[in-house]
Amino acid sequence: MAEASAHVVQHGPPTTFLRKYVFSVDHKVIGKQYYGLALVAVFVGMFLSWLMRLHLINPNGKIWGLHYLSAVGAPGDVMTPEYYLSLLTMHGTLMVFFVLTNAPFAAFGNYFLPIQIGAEDMAFPRFNMMSFWTTFLAFCFLISAFFVPDGPPISGWTAYAPLSAVGSDAGPGLGMGQTLWGLSIFTFCIGSLLGALNFIATTLDLRAKGMTLSRMPIPSWAWFITSCIALLAFAVLLPACLLLILDRVAGTSFFIPAGLVISDKLQPHAGGSPLLWQHLFWFFGHPEVYIAILPSMGIVSHILINSMRKPLLSHKVVINCMIAIGFLSYMVWGHHMFVSGMNPYSSLEFTFPTLVITIPATILTLIWLASLYGAKLRITTASLFALGFISMFVSGGVSGLFLAQPSIDIYLHATYFVVGHFHMVMGVASLFGVFAGTYFWFPKMTGHMMSETLGKIHFWITFVGAYCIFMPFHYLGLAGNVRRYSAFTDDFLLPLIPVHKFITYAAILTGLGQMIFLYNLISSRFKGAPAPENPWDCTSLEWSVPSPPPWDNFGGKHPVVYHDPYQYNVKGESGRDFVMQTSSERVAEA
Amino acid sequence: MATTTHNPATGSPGGNSTGGNVPGDMDLRALLDPSGEPSRTGVWVALAAITMMFVAFTSALFVREGSSSTDWHHLAIPKILFLNSLVLVASSLTLELARRHVAAFARGLTDDVAGPLRWLYGTLALGILFVAGQYQAWLGLRAQGLFLASNPNSSFFYVLTGVHVVHVLGGLGGLLYVINQLDRPVLALRRSTLDSTSYYWHFMAGLWIYLLFIIWIKL
Repeated sequence: MAEASAHVVQHGPPTTFLRKYVFSVDHKVIGKQYYGLALVAVFVGMFLSWLMRLHLINPNGKIWGLHYLSAVGAPGDVMTPEYYLSLLTMHGTLMVFFVLTNAPFAAFGNYFLPIQIGAEDMAFPRFNMMSFWTTFLAFCFLISAFFVPDGPPISGWTAYAPLSAVGSDAGPGLGMGQTLWGLSIFTFCIGSLLGALNFIATTLDLRAKGMTLSRMPIPSWAWFITSCIALLAFAVLLPACLLLILDRVAGTSFFIPAGLVISDKLQPHAGGSPLLWQHLFWFFGHPEVYIAILPSMGIVSHILINSMRKPLLSHKVVINCMIAIGFLSYMVWGHHMFVSGMNPYSSLEFTFPTLVITIPATILTLIWLASLYGAKLRITTASLFALGFISMFVSGGVSGLFLAQPSIDIYLHATYFVVGHFHMVMGVASLFGVFAGTYFWFPKMTGHMMSETLGKIHFWITFVGAYCIFMPFHYLGLAGNVRRYSAFTDDFLLPLIPVHKFITYAAILTGLGQMIFLYNLISSRFKGAPAPENPWDCTSLEWSVPSPPPWDNFGGKHPVVYHDPYQYNVKGESGRDFVMQTSSERVAEA
Repeated sequence: MATTTHNPATGSPGGNSTGGNVPGDMDLRALLDPSGEPSRTGVWVALAAITMMFVAFTSALFVREGSSSTDWHHLAIPKILFLNSLVLVASSLTLELARRHVAAFARGLTDDVAGPLRWLYGTLALGILFVAGQYQAWLGLRAQGLFLASNPNSSFFYVLTGVHVVHVLGGLGGLLYVINQLDRPVLALRRSTLDSTSYYWHFMAGLWIYLLFIIWIKL
């Protein structure tokens, strides 16, 4: 009876084009595929946000060519209020699922988790391939909602029932478009569950000799914790989507209440609970925030340590804080539902853990800042984005303290204050982690260096632009500016239009700034200077292999790990200020 | 500041394929091989996700029952469900017998491969019988005029039993794979594959007993 060694790679080198680049089982190719998918999704999502911003500052104005996107949603190139909601839904869904989940977790995690822990591939390479193609199928389902007669759904990325469950009587996009949305997220859940299973098994079982859990680099810990969160969160969203689809196509009544009259028509459903959808959705939805942000925390910590040339104040505390955040993320979902009419005692139960979760988050921030104190930072584009992450995380996170309290949230819940909060802390902060990771790991992934000059220009445009876009949202919210409206024509909102114009111009300029990144990414891939094996003098295992790594990562060898992950500011025998994890050389404090 | 201090490498016999050495201070973590068998871990992780999924279904059932004022009508549970339960539990027993026979074979206590194969085929047959029995239960419900959308009770009945059957079909696929690996001139079955399939199958039996209990008291 065979008992395989865990280190033995389960597949040979790819021999055909399809096996090498399309249906590849190599975790590195799959990581790049996820990155590419996220890149497409982020530019589509950004383009949709431009359309929404242009409409908000001139609701009756024409947006040239818009009727090509939807003849019904934009007759005469003027966006209808319903189509604004469709774009809002698609923007949110694309960004949360296909960008913020895919890029920092699935893309970088797939590429670097096995290498960082000394494995030759993921535990289940074929599942890994299935995971990506399932996610790609989910993306196709979602995008196809643009091309069905009634267009994309208008129920938001949260798809609140009963609006999302009743069908086309309730408005445009709620027919086939909403069903495609449900199908897309259902499929996405399957892909994410397969991915999470693979990450967990890989981390637990495929670590190299000497790679104890305490020696795992922080990003690998972050991906592992994130996969544990994703496993339990998507396992709840999956059945929720199934029940939603059944309400829509099979006539069941899980989420649709009795006596619901829409468009003068009594809906043929009875007894369902719209709140049930909210509970199931947010049980997934809040952990999803940490699925987006934890990998970026790990990536940023890794890059900061490398740039500071010294470890963080406490490796162990950082890991424990991330575990605490992951654990607490399951106890706070109700804070998204303070205005749903819940019992005030219930809201108190959700407020307390929400405030408690700020403790590990604050400890993490203080560790980053205190570690930076006195450090001689190597200023690279990656380190700038890492610093930018901390800035965004703090600026966006502070407003969460206010929203955690029901008495304040009830006032602010339906306003732009919330939009500003979650865009900064979940969206932009996480994306800064992705940018940092891209500039840091691009040389390893492609064998070419990115342009640092273009990178720094990109950073400053993005950093200033993000603040110009999202800080005024907080002000708008405090002034009572409601969200989800497609036009602000009420008297008390008119004075706020100049702020909206400022945000729109900032959004367009910041978006254009991303073209610099895209140009840098593509041109460096083909014309960038050749990347050495370890351009940043880093200590972890991915920098001990050629750039890009061979198909089996370590060229048929099995790495052995001798050191903790961040041996910087030391006197190695080689005379360098760092010692790699795989080096057996003596280490002494500098 | 360094987090650890090691002495020079000594080139001890604990070398490895890369030519590395055991650290001079005998920090034995470098000798630790933390690798395990992914299929065993994978199946436990998958079972955690499946548990969470059915926890969500159960929560939904409780909330839906609480929100119903008039449409919560108890079903006449098809009697065949109890027979199906016996069949699934029996299949768990036959699989366990197969696993023990394989363990005896692996230890060299017997060279009879046909024995475990018989038990595995028996498990497969009982599994198929269970699925057929569940289908019969759906027909029974249909005969009562109860369809997926008739009332929340029938909705949950079809959803819970249907999702469970989908998972059982996955288990049958696993059993077929195990049989295929065992029934070869050159034995290719990994012990961990058989163990993982067994854990999954036993879990499906346990999950079904739980679902039957929920269906019985709630639906």
